[in-house]
Amino acid sequence: MTAASGVVRHPLRARLRERGLDATTLLALPAVLFVLALFVYPFLYGLYLSFNPMQGGALANYARFFSDPFLYDTIGTTLVIAVPVTVLNVAAAIPVALRVRLMRRQRLLTAILVIPITLGTVLVAEGLLTYLGPRGWVNRVLLDLGLAEHPIRLIHNYWGVFLSLVITGFPFTFLLVLSYVTGIDPSLENAAAVFGARARARFTRILLPLLIPGLTITLALAFVQSFSVFPSAVLLGAPAGPTRVISIAAYQAAFEQYDYPMASAIAMLMAGVQVLIVVALLMLRGLVYRGPAATGKG
Amino acid sequence: MQRAATFGKRAWAGTVWVVTGFFLLNLFATIASVVVNSFGTHWFTTWLPAGFTTSWYALVWDEFQLPDLLIVTAEVVAAVVVISGLIGVPAAYAMSRRNFPGKRAVMLLFLLPLVVPPFTYGIPLATVLYQAHLAGTISGVILANLVPTVPFVILIMIPFIEQIDPRVEAAARVFGARTPRLFASVLLPLLAPGILSALLLVLVRTISMFELTFLTAGPTSQTLVVALYYAVFAAGVRPGQSIDAMAVVYMAATLVWLLVTLRFVSPTQIVGRARR
Repeated sequence: MTAASGVVRHPLRARLRERGLDATTLLALPAVLFVLALFVYPFLYGLYLSFNPMQGGALANYARFFSDPFLYDTIGTTLVIAVPVTVLNVAAAIPVALRVRLMRRQRLLTAILVIPITLGTVLVAEGLLTYLGPRGWVNRVLLDLGLAEHPIRLIHNYWGVFLSLVITGFPFTFLLVLSYVTGIDPSLENAAAVFGARARARFTRILLPLLIPGLTITLALAFVQSFSVFPSAVLLGAPAGPTRVISIAAYQAAFEQYDYPMASAIAMLMAGVQVLIVVALLMLRGLVYRGPAATGKG
Repeated sequence: MQRAATFGKRAWAGTVWVVTGFFLLNLFATIASVVVNSFGTHWFTTWLPAGFTTSWYALVWDEFQLPDLLIVTAEVVAAVVVISGLIGVPAAYAMSRRNFPGKRAVMLLFLLPLVVPPFTYGIPLATVLYQAHLAGTISGVILANLVPTVPFVILIMIPFIEQIDPRVEAAARVFGARTPRLFASVLLPLLAPGILSALLLVLVRTISMFELTFLTAGPTSQTLVVALYYAVFAAGVRPGQSIDAMAVVYMAATLVWLLVTLRFVSPTQIVGRARR
């Protein structure tokens, strides 16, 4: 109605409006500009900066990274922590989510599991320092039960970081998997049961194929999160050796050596590895799973 | 055969519950370790500390400049909540009411800061903020924290707005309401529950946002989590119990707001972000 009067007065405005561009669309502009200025621009600037090292040619930062084992080893160190943790968390989340789906009062459990996610890695690290420490309750139980003669070393090494990533990572993967599992129409499984499919067959033939798209996203998000682990690797790990993850290398370059180009290069490599793994996961899904992307909401 | 199947089923269910219970037990024990230690006088080789005291909390109040930390945290959180609402809600309205060329690209643009982990984009972001002389200030910390929260508000609000019948707005227009009036008298009351949950989620996420604040804060613009990190990092400088007392203060601040949030939001929404 208003468009008709617009044609007379503002032909350009009317044409824009027809394509969906009017004052209402402009409401998105501040948010778009904000994300461009504080997310896209810093990333591009970081990319540019990484090719302008403080010394040497354009590729000097990357050359230095890949020639210094103290730097390039961080990729392997981080993968050795992030990959097993991610696989364990997702693998454990699937059976628990399938069980919890049948529960009537899930809310209490999900509310409890949100706590470690909300408290964050710093607090969990501080708690685990006491709990897993030589005088903590874990070692107390092991000593009193006679399972160990001396306190077991669980902090300031690989396992401290690993366990902290389980405590914060499992609830995250579980809640994501649960939201995908509850999206599957139960009548599909019931139909399979009517036709005589047993629990295992129902899982492998019905649930798993429908879950694969969601599981891929969960794996990707969980991996990317544990790959950028920082506070617990410093506080609970051995940041000089076995848990010198890539984010520590980036942090030290930026805030201890004030070498921002190098820090940017490491951050770009960090993003690169994350993108590579996510793309690999998506391609793997393409190989394993062929079919509609819908989650059987029916 | 039937009986064997049910036995296997029960054993499987039992295993799943035992594993879940074991996880929850460890989670509670981890949190309890912090709380118990913060009230303990000495805690060496016993199950519980030798005696109990609240003196660590008094120490924390002076030693960690807790009042300053709480004020900075409140300022950062309040600013992030208000600004991300002001930028995010109108954008969500545009995204759910209009189809325009490049909408998919804009959607991707909003998804990226939620999917890329903060530490990865935090380093380049901190570099840019340092060059703009904003890093180290409260404004810098607020700007950095807005990067994930603005898109977060948009993604939470889109489904809320989509379920409101556009004819309600059309009716208001027919009766002569202009855009500001439409927003204030029609949309805002209808969207209030959605805005409330989105902003509460932003609030809880910002209190506990470590990485971005850590990378951009200076000594006077630290929030509670970052100060806690530095305290744990420099453990040995202060008694461990006082660090735990501070951890309990942080935990209380976070959990109170989490409880409020959970009254309005389902727990799965806290992680169910990039679902689309």
